[in-house]
Amino acid sequence: MTAEATVPTLATDDPVLAAFAEEVGVDGPVAVEGGRTRWSLGGELAPGTRTVRAPTGIVAYTPDEMTVTVRAGTPVADLRAALAERGQRTALPERGGTVGGAVVVGESDVRALGLGSVRNAVLQVRYASADGRIVSGGGPTVKNVSGFDLPRLLVGSLGTLGLVAEVILRTNPMPPVSRWLRAGDADPQAVVDRLLDPSAVLWDGTTTWVLLEGHEPDVDAEQITLAGVGSFVPVDSDPATGVPVALPPNRWSLAPGDLVDLDGSATGAFVAAVGVGLVLAERPQPPRRLAPAVAAVAERLKQNFDPTGRLNPGRNPADR
Amino acid sequence: MARRPGFFDRLRPGRSAGSEPEPTGDPFVDALRAALGADGVRIDGAHRALHSHDASVFDEGNAGPVCYPSTAAEVQAVVRLAAEHRRNVVPRGAGTGLAGGAIPLGQSVVIAMTRMNRVLEVDTTNRIAWVEPGVINLDLTRQLAPLGYHFAPDPSSQQVCTIGGNVANNSGGPHCLAYGVTAAHVVAVEVVLPDGELVTLGGLDPEPAGYDLRGAFVGSEGLLGITTRVAVRITRNRPEVRTLLLSFDEVRDAANTVSGVIAAGIVPAAMEVMDQLITRAVENYVGAGYPTDAAAVLLAEVDGLAGGVDLDAERIAEIGRANDATDVRLAGSEEERALLWKGRKTAFGAIAQIAPDYYLHDTVVPRSALADVLTEIYAIAERHEVLVMNVFHAGDGNLHPLLIFDGREPGMLDRVHAAGGEIIEASLAAGGVLSGEHGIGLEKQKFMDRMFTADDLDHQNRLRQAFDPGCRTNPGKVIPSSHSCADIQALKSVPREVWV
Ligand SMILES: Cc1cc2nc3c(=O)[nH]c(=O)nc-3n(C[C@H](O)[C@H](O)[C@H](O)COP(=O)(O)OP(=O)(O)OC[C@H]3O[C@@H](n4cnc5c(N)ncnc54)[C@H](O)[C@@H]3O)c2cc1C
Repeated sequence: MTAEATVPTLATDDPVLAAFAEEVGVDGPVAVEGGRTRWSLGGELAPGTRTVRAPTGIVAYTPDEMTVTVRAGTPVADLRAALAERGQRTALPERGGTVGGAVVVGESDVRALGLGSVRNAVLQVRYASADGRIVSGGGPTVKNVSGFDLPRLLVGSLGTLGLVAEVILRTNPMPPVSRWLRAGDADPQAVVDRLLDPSAVLWDGTTTWVLLEGHEPDVDAEQITLAGVGSFVPVDSDPATGVPVALPPNRWSLAPGDLVDLDGSATGAFVAAVGVGLVLAERPQPPRRLAPAVAAVAERLKQNFDPTGRLNPGRNPADR
Repeated sequence: MARRPGFFDRLRPGRSAGSEPEPTGDPFVDALRAALGADGVRIDGAHRALHSHDASVFDEGNAGPVCYPSTAAEVQAVVRLAAEHRRNVVPRGAGTGLAGGAIPLGQSVVIAMTRMNRVLEVDTTNRIAWVEPGVINLDLTRQLAPLGYHFAPDPSSQQVCTIGGNVANNSGGPHCLAYGVTAAHVVAVEVVLPDGELVTLGGLDPEPAGYDLRGAFVGSEGLLGITTRVAVRITRNRPEVRTLLLSFDEVRDAANTVSGVIAAGIVPAAMEVMDQLITRAVENYVGAGYPTDAAAVLLAEVDGLAGGVDLDAERIAEIGRANDATDVRLAGSEEERALLWKGRKTAFGAIAQIAPDYYLHDTVVPRSALADVLTEIYAIAERHEVLVMNVFHAGDGNLHPLLIFDGREPGMLDRVHAAGGEIIEASLAAGGVLSGEHGIGLEKQKFMDRMFTADDLDHQNRLRQAFDPGCRTNPGKVIPSSHSCADIQALKSVPREVWV
């Protein structure tokens, strides 16, 4: 083993990251433009904000470690294609945009039961700070408790604490079999209760869609179990979204147990991820207020990370 | 010195009149007593001495009053009084931490969570349980068993360690390979912030508004606040389990089998390796049926539905044989399986029986580097003439070199620390990290700048100060002093006898 060859490169040694930090600079309002798929989330960007682009490309992909190091500006679709070649995938949702965008938005796919959540997928994050430095948090291995968890803090931060330049993501093996089934007469909660590990249970108030994944004999066995809950038939998913139903545009985040009360009166037409609590709906979720003491911590965080408020001005993850 | 597992303090303060502490005349202690009752605050030498240590080797602890709150309101009272009297606080669970996280510096007030030990609610619809932080890890799983659920993180210390400690250290365990460490199993935490405010971070919904403060809090080693309630995810028990025991003539073959399994796209529930020395110690201790002539054994477990577990178990056996496994055994019964796990989980207890002292390390390396780094670790130990045994969470590359020594031997502790330092350097050089589950605490502060730049550490400190601007909660830990807000030299210089 040549120690020299494997010494972890400090972020500061990477010219691409250094160039990005320089572009972010030290003053004036600035934001990263990704795929603009969730551009208005958490508020409109303040007028006059300069936009920069994050670096692109896969830096290192080690399928045997189940990790990938990828620049934030890389399209999610490119990452997906590269991983698929080696029979793997990540938790990032399939709806276009860039890797960095998906991380700072932090929204999981409706198949989060099977894919995992974005919050659990980011092992290391490297970002340009408000004072134009490259900062790293987390580490390259799948297990790590060295220092505070900056990756989790940055996931869902809407770029208000740092502009993400590069991440290391956990990858997962693609299951040997993925099978969507649909029924018009099934109680979705019964589906969640009866199956061991469905990858998704979607419900629009009438129809229930179930994604079974794993070894073929297990998927077959779970399909037989499902027959006791409703008249399920196989159904194709849309290759673009990975799901068999069109998803409404607005996201609601509810306790999984609260989905029983869902009747569309507040949400309009909806598709709910049962067992997760995510609801995609015609109408937006009413604003959720942070408790004052929690808001105070959030304000101090913003103040400590970005004292002049130059990163993504106008956006606030509490207003999503 | 390394403390024996028998030392773990599940001690509860007695409520009898006989244990009434002598009056101090100290206005701070009197105020604490007014808030918690006389039996909720202990200042006697024995209590303070006991709470000046955890399971680590560090002996700079110097406990102030030891408080036993029963409610979040009492925790708030202690935190507010401490702030008023400009005293620091240190939360404490069972004291099994191995990095010195619960060691109070400079006569910090110890907030022992042992009285807050109730499982408050089990909610199978939301798949969570609300628990108090003093609940013992294994007690929770036992309570969930009749419902067909368990709490997935299963540290080897699970018979004594608390959920509050698990949350603070983001603890792992053998079965975290497939199911994830504690952070993946905490949906919400109720916390007393350093200013005394009670808040809930996170929520039962998947994407709460605002920054992921729950995510930042888990693993913060007691520096960001005191946990008073936790909503943990509960995991359905698996109908089928297959447990394989593979034997090897070379440690390297076991390590290569582990990386081979992961490379084949199989993520077993657990993959644990023990080398020959530790296997023999375990056999002497519990007689679990491990082969004592193998250089290393690999315990691999897959769980789920019947078809898949058989396919995966077969694949793992094949990969083992391709890596020269000398024997591959499938546990034939639940008893055999339980015994194998008992052996693995009591490995440290087994050592405590035979060794005067031990120092358990904890680093992570990429799985493909396991074999090389292990070779290096044996060489490092040999160079420093200390005995090393390896028992580790191989599946996620989490090494646990266990240095065995007699601390009474002159110069021995220096050699142990030198060897430990080299093990850390070797792990970092292989692309690894400082700690996989024990945390930084007091132990690895001085290595933080080997993994992080000054800017990285500065940002960790900014996060810490957003929660604790005055640096009063567990000061002197995790962040090296040069990057931390607290002057830890001042903390360490309070003489032990001085009662302030
Ligand atoms: C034999 C042995 C085996 C072990 N095996 C494992 C293992 O397999 N995996 C693993 O991850 N660890 C292991 N450990 C380490 C240790 O058991 C874990 O870190 C455990 O989670 C600590 O829990 P505790 O209750 O003992 O916490 P303590 O040691 O009391 O405290 C640990 C840290 O948590 C903080 N803390 C405690 N309670 C609270 C609270 N309510 N609020 C805020 N902060 C709090 C403390 O300040 C301290 O920083 C082992 C230890 C031993 C001795």
